[in-house]
Order: sequence, then C-alpha cells, then structure tokens
Amino acid sequence: MCGIVGLFLKDSALEPRLGELLAGMLEVMTDRGPDSAGFAVYGVGDADHVKLTLRGSGLADIAAVLGGGVTGVLRDTHLVLSVPRSEEERVRGWLATARPDLVVTGAGQRIELYKEVGLPAQVAGRFQLSAMAGTHGIGHTRMATESAVTTDGAHPFSTGEDQCLVHNGSLSNHHSLRRMLEPKGIRFATDNDSEVAAGYLSWKLREGATLAEALEASLDDLDGFFTFVVGTESGFAVLRDPISCKPAVMAETDQYVAFGSEYRALVGLPGIEHARVFEPEPARVYAWERA
Amino acid sequence: MPVVDLAVTPKRDLNAQLHALPANSNETHWRVVNPQGQHALAAGLDAPVTVEIAGHAGYYCAGMNQQATVVVEGNAGVGVAENMMSGKVHVKGDASQSAGATAHGGLLVIDGDASARCGISMKGIDIVVKGSIGPMSAFMAQSGNLVVLGDAGDALGDSIYEARLFVRGAVKSLGADCIEKEMRDEHRRALLVLLDAAGVAEEVSVDEFRRYGSARGLYNFHVDNAAAY
Repeated sequence: MCGIVGLFLKDSALEPRLGELLAGMLEVMTDRGPDSAGFAVYGVGDADHVKLTLRGSGLADIAAVLGGGVTGVLRDTHLVLSVPRSEEERVRGWLATARPDLVVTGAGQRIELYKEVGLPAQVAGRFQLSAMAGTHGIGHTRMATESAVTTDGAHPFSTGEDQCLVHNGSLSNHHSLRRMLEPKGIRFATDNDSEVAAGYLSWKLREGATLAEALEASLDDLDGFFTFVVGTESGFAVLRDPISCKPAVMAETDQYVAFGSEYRALVGLPGIEHARVFEPEPARVYAWERA
Repeated sequence: MPVVDLAVTPKRDLNAQLHALPANSNETHWRVVNPQGQHALAAGLDAPVTVEIAGHAGYYCAGMNQQATVVVEGNAGVGVAENMMSGKVHVKGDASQSAGATAHGGLLVIDGDASARCGISMKGIDIVVKGSIGPMSAFMAQSGNLVVLGDAGDALGDSIYEARLFVRGAVKSLGADCIEKEMRDEHRRALLVLLDAAGVAEEVSVDEFRRYGSARGLYNFHVDNAAAY
C-alpha cells in the first residue's frame, strides 16, 4: 500500500501556495505510507540553466567548488544546483568522478525532486515543502512491501529531464522491460519496478510520443497493478491499470486538477466543496498540459 | 436531532455513540457534518435510525449495516454498504469500487455512477444505480438484484450464480457464464418494486430494461470449461 498525490494548477494565483497545498495532501496520506516520502515540484527555471537535484552529504560547498556560474540551494540532505547549460557536461563529469557518492534524483529546467525515509510530515518539513512555489507537483508516501525501506526505494522516480512518476502498485514484468530499455540508453539507478515504469515513459517520450501517447502505450507493455501520476515540464497525467486495482480519486475546479489515493487527501484544497470529484476510469489516460 | 461535527468529534466517538443506541431509542435522526472523506463512517449500525452524512464519505461507509438508513450527501469511497444485512443506504453522488460488496440484504441506492466491481459477490442485497456501473460488476454475484438505469462496463456478471441483473443502457460485455435472459412478468413485477423503492418508478419503465443472469454452465466442473474457471 502506498499513497500518491498530485496537484496541477491552472490558476497562477495559487502557484505561491503549491508546496503548502501539496504538503497537506502528503501528510494526510501518512496512513497509507508511513515509512518514506518524496515529492517533485515544478518551480522556476529557464532554458539557459539545468537544475540538478543532488542527494547525499557534504553538499554545502559544491556550488562554490564547481564555479562557472553554478549556484546551489541546500535543503537538508538535498542540494539543487542551477547549472548554466554550457557547464552541464563539465558538472556532470565532475559529479561522476569527484562525488560518485551523490545521487542525482532529478534534472531538468524546472523540476526539483526530494525523497527521504521518515514520516511524510517530517520529510516535507525537512525540505520546507510548504514554502515552495510552482505550477504542479506530485508526491508519494511509501509503505514498503517488496523491498527494504530505503531512500532509493522512495518515489518519485525521474528518468528523463523534467519527468517524474509516482506509482501505487507493483509491476510483474519490470525485469524484461529493464532488459529492453537499457540497450536503448535508458539508465536506472535502482532495482525498483516503479523506476522501470518511469524509464519506459521516458523512452516513449524520447521517441516523440506525447505524454498521453506514452501512457496509452504503457497499457500494452506494462504488466501488473498500477496507478501512476506523472509530471513533465508542462504536463500532468494519471493512469490506472485495466482492473483499477489501486484506488484513485480526482477533483477538478477552474483553479486546479488534483489527484489523491483517497478523497481525504483533497479536503484541504481551496474550493474543494464545489469541485467536480470523480474516480478516474481504469485504462483511461487523463492528461493535462499547461497552455 | 443529534448533530455530530467530525471536525471536532473523533470518528470513533461517532460510531461508538451510534453502536450504543438501543432498538427503541428516541434519537432516530442523526446528522454528521464535516465528514471530509473519513473511512468507516456509520459502519456496523444495528438500530432503526437515520444517519445523514453531509458530504463525501471514505471507505466502507455504512458497512455491515443492519436496520439503519444511512444517507451520504456526496460521493462514497470504496466498499459503501459492504456486507449490509438490512436497512437502506442512499448515496446521492457517485460510489467508488465494490459498492454493496458481499451484502446479504437491504437496499443500496446510488444516484450517480458506481465504479468497478459494483455488487461483487452480492448475497441478497438489492442495488439500484441511477447512473452507470464500472467493469466487473456483479462478479460471482450469488443472490439479490442489481438494477442499473445507465450502462454497464466490461465483464458484467462474470461467474455469476443466482443474482438478477437489470440494465437499461448498454452492456459493454458480459463475463463468463453470464447471459441475457427473458424478462417475464415476475421479473417486471420485481423490478417495479425496486424502481419504486428507489423513487424512480415514475421516471423509467420496466420495459426499458434487459435482464441478465447465470447460464449455470460453470456450476460444476467440466473440462471443456477449463479456460473459463
């Protein structure tokens, strides 16, 4: 059992509150996943810089060591580097050789991705999620059933620039999918089945599919139970497996689209009492793109 | 009329108060405000009282109900009225999966849609859905009636025993061993009673419905059916 949440804002007036709203949703889902939590937020960014979210220790002086216009924002065990595109290759090379202990949890123009072991409220608090602004975000609370409680096993997973996925369920053909995807250049950091789903979508998106098309294709190629919530730089999507094994409820207003494993996760959202609340149908792709 | 505000009263206190009601209680009309999607609201009741839930309910609302009338003035989560024995549950919005699952008796009325597995393993409950139902509804249904004013999703009545299914709209597909059956007068009469109980007898005609039930081909093992088991 896990809890997943997502919030995609249509009304820019709510953007300063994205983190606060997402933190509230995440905390309610503690009952479904008390052992670790993670979230991705799509905040500010520009085409000239790539944001790299690093996880590990000894992060404080990295931006200064790198120089070259690289800046960093440190939040507990995570450091978000803003790297000029012209410096990206050098920075990634330095990280690989000088700091192989660090994990790059996410990369892209706007994505920041945090995950840690602990109660969701504690995890959100350590990274000051409530103070974050952005256009959309997704989150996950984990109750590990198939593998150990580790930060690596926490969601979201990101396998492409500005892409991330949270998953409630389990996949049964992730080994064969991994063998199919790795020769195509999709790299995985963990043995987790959900990361394979993220990698599958990254591959489809790289091949030119839209987010909705990539999810459509996953219905044919993924075997197992899943409710996915997926984010891209400008998009937000939800998909449930054909027998809707895992719970899902959505709410839509003029201001936002929200997803929760349970309705309880949505009750703190503004105007929820007048929202269109509905259960996404199995095997149907729900996707939104920012105008 | 007792009003319980779940923004201040713990849900367990509400349920404990409802469970403590004697059969002859004068407190027969309860109102629950700020339900906020909490689970197991008004579950396990066994008294002839009415409980109105002013908003959306979470999982297993009115589960195991006996005698009571529970009204949800919003949507209900997974397993509303699951294992109901008697009484009535009325959901004014949509119901999530497994509405009325395994229930032995009583009446479940859903004004909106019900999602997957509505009436799964139903054992005597009557369910009237004014909207449509999702896939795999009435799976292994054993007894009772499922009435749907809208459409039914895939695999309706898969591996069904003796429950009766009445669908007014389209059925996307029938499950294993579920077939369309003749509507005889006895079925029309029974359907009319259910439509009346759900308050829609004036709006729809029994002649607009088709009846589905068991072909009884899977009751006993037969090797030719091996793929269907």
